[in-house]
Amino acid sequence: VNAVWISVIVVGLATIAIKAAGPLLLATHTPPPRAQAALEHLAPAVLAALVVTQSLGGDNGGFTIDARLAGLAAAAVALLLRAPLLVVITVAAITAALVRLIT
Amino acid sequence: VHPTSRRTYLDGVRAAAPIGIAAFAFGLSFGVLARAADMGRAAPVVMSLTTFAGSAQFAVASILGAGGGLATAIVAAVLLNLRYGPIGLSAAGALKGPWWKRALLSQLIVDESWAIAQRDDGRIDRHLLVGAGLLLFVCWNTGTAIGVLAGDLVADPESLGLDAAFPALFLTLLWSQVRERSRLLAALGGAAIALVLMPFTGPGVPIVVASLACLVGARRPS
Repeated sequence: VNAVWISVIVVGLATIAIKAAGPLLLATHTPPPRAQAALEHLAPAVLAALVVTQSLGGDNGGFTIDARLAGLAAAAVALLLRAPLLVVITVAAITAALVRLIT
Repeated sequence: VHPTSRRTYLDGVRAAAPIGIAAFAFGLSFGVLARAADMGRAAPVVMSLTTFAGSAQFAVASILGAGGGLATAIVAAVLLNLRYGPIGLSAAGALKGPWWKRALLSQLIVDESWAIAQRDDGRIDRHLLVGAGLLLFVCWNTGTAIGVLAGDLVADPESLGLDAAFPALFLTLLWSQVRERSRLLAALGGAAIALVLMPFTGPGVPIVVASLACLVGARRPS
């Protein structure tokens, strides 16, 4: 078994275990009210972090400023104009593609 | 998404359709990159079926392709996927049934399906999660298989701007989340933690630590 297959198997098993952990651990226990209230605030916290890392993150950590940021700005404008999700995503992709085309 | 309206699996499929295109394109490019990194044909396909998490898979392919060590590749991928710990905790209430069913359905949790399945009351909608997750699973794996077999035919998804589709999706879903003050605080906290940590840690860690910003919500149980 070579390095490729070891990494595929180890990463696969680890990811399956991480994803299943919460739903298996909380199967019989309902979290206490304060913990439940905190979990209901997880989405804004993680979504905001994903916006930051996916628009500014470099391949090896740190920041990379590129066409994604222009796409995100265009998406924000579309959101202010109350555009639906499909339009927001399309506007972001087209903007980023155009910025890459001209730079 | 209104908490009281009944959602179906098909609603989840529909909601995920726009981002499914991007997932397919990045599945293709993962297949291409994995071939270029000498991962062969079967390993990338098996990886997309089991790991089903784009950023970690790209990390493994690029680290192995660049001659980085096996341990480096595994540690990077596991760090990138650690965020599915807290995410899985928040999705637990939506997954009912025997343990094997919960374990199986939890594999459909990816950032995008989990984000799409958010309800206004902060809980997760089971039907949206499963419908969106299934569509993304099909798109990602079809893309990988085609990329591995016929990689030379495809355009670079970044030249199509598809990498900008993901932050735009997360921003759109965040937008409807932050009407309440406490959720806005959680969002600002999460963004600030990510920004501060990004220069100092490997990818993945900032998101895991940013999840702690959800604790601002613990002060006022609902």
